[in-house]
Amino acid sequence: MRIRPVGAHALLLDLAPGNGSTPADAAAQVEAWRAELAHRRDLGELTALEIVPAATTVLLDGVPDPEAAAGSIAGWTPRPAAARSAAGPVEIPVTYDGADLPVVAEHWAVTVPTVVERLAGTDFRVAFCGFAPGFPYLTGLPGELALPRLPTPRPRVPTGSVALAGPYAGIYPSPSPGGWLLVGRTGLPLFDVTADPPTRLTPGTHVRLVPA
Amino acid sequence: MTGELVVLRAGALTTVQDLGRPGYAHLGVPRSGALDPASLRLANRLVGNPENTAGLEITVTGCVLRLSRAASVAVTGAEAEIRVGARPGDTGLPLSVPAGTVLRIGPARGGVRNWLAVCGGIDVPPVLGSRATDTLSGLGPPPLRDGDRLPLGTPTGPPAPVDLTVGPPQRDELRLAVRLGPRDDWFTPAALDRLLGTAYTVSPVSNRVGARLAGAPLPRAVAGELPSEGIVLGAVQVPADGQPLIFLADHPTTGGYPVVGVVADVTPLAQARPGTTVRFHGPQR
Repeated sequence: MRIRPVGAHALLLDLAPGNGSTPADAAAQVEAWRAELAHRRDLGELTALEIVPAATTVLLDGVPDPEAAAGSIAGWTPRPAAARSAAGPVEIPVTYDGADLPVVAEHWAVTVPTVVERLAGTDFRVAFCGFAPGFPYLTGLPGELALPRLPTPRPRVPTGSVALAGPYAGIYPSPSPGGWLLVGRTGLPLFDVTADPPTRLTPGTHVRLVPA
Repeated sequence: MTGELVVLRAGALTTVQDLGRPGYAHLGVPRSGALDPASLRLANRLVGNPENTAGLEITVTGCVLRLSRAASVAVTGAEAEIRVGARPGDTGLPLSVPAGTVLRIGPARGGVRNWLAVCGGIDVPPVLGSRATDTLSGLGPPPLRDGDRLPLGTPTGPPAPVDLTVGPPQRDELRLAVRLGPRDDWFTPAALDRLLGTAYTVSPVSNRVGARLAGAPLPRAVAGELPSEGIVLGAVQVPADGQPLIFLADHPTTGGYPVVGVVADVTPLAQARPGTTVRFHGPQR
């Protein structure tokens, strides 16, 4: 782990995979540190307005004394992510009828039903949110199944679209342009500004994409 | 609700803004809020509002409004002509606006943006704790349109007794303090010399998401893609074309281009017209 300074009030924990480790290891590290830092914040041992996990980093923003915080963090060891996930997975009912299922099947060299089986059988976890409010980047697929984006993004992907890109699955919480490969859709509302938190799919949450 | 603000002419971009919705970045929700929070706070203090009360952020062309009830209002930010009915008004002072009187703000004579506070505030429903319009994600009320009617809240205090406030200086050249990192090691030493040693100009495609700059491109030392990572206010991101972009209030929560440095105070950019010169100063190299 390397702690990088970010301006006057933020720090970036850089957990990029190094010697011999894999992107999946980095994702596990990110989750372990995200959970650890949130826990330390709850205990009052860390002051940070935002704890923002991403692919291989965790950003701490709104930190009054980043130098002191970096010193503390260097002395902490995150508990393994698995030890914390007591809650069961959030089940998202998915109708697997996405336009890009055949493309995914071709990339994976399997049939469309096998694609659906794999997705339905994967224990996903919200690695981080980004791109749009409540857009979850779900990890869980093996690294060798990583997929390219569409060469030209679609101008409008409808709300609830379930899609794949790179090593991630994602669900569009609102309509937007998008270059991910569409595999299905859910009617479950994902982002509700009247709820707190506005999404159940917060970082660290386990998710199953259950056939509807 | 105690009255309404009627939008007679919305202008180029007029939005409701408060101090934004921090604390939700991990869910992909941008901070948003006034581009120059100090100016909105000042406007609120001038009319006796708590500092986080929602007001309007008005861009360049100005706007024309009418209040259904008498109210104390204040305009801060860019130098701009103000009229309360036929009577001229000043920025940085509480102004008494009688019920039904037309309030004209702008266009801005220098700078770009004004903030209007109305005693009692703009009382649209809050979204995730804020009434701010987020132009990136679409959270909060949409930008104002001609004919909109916005509810006003209940005044909570008397206007501040004010002798003098000082508006933002209008400058043709901004000097912005920058701290390098977190990804300065993705750039060549020559790129860092350029960043800290040459002048950039504010591009016309700048907006509430970011101030785009044009100037000497910043060559990378590391090729390839950076996995998405968290972004802070003031982050100087360098996309593929090498032209830096300084993130402002509506910035995305994560981004996949390397951030070469972070600007300490972005608020002068709220008044930077296209063509304004920007120079970064940072550590001596």
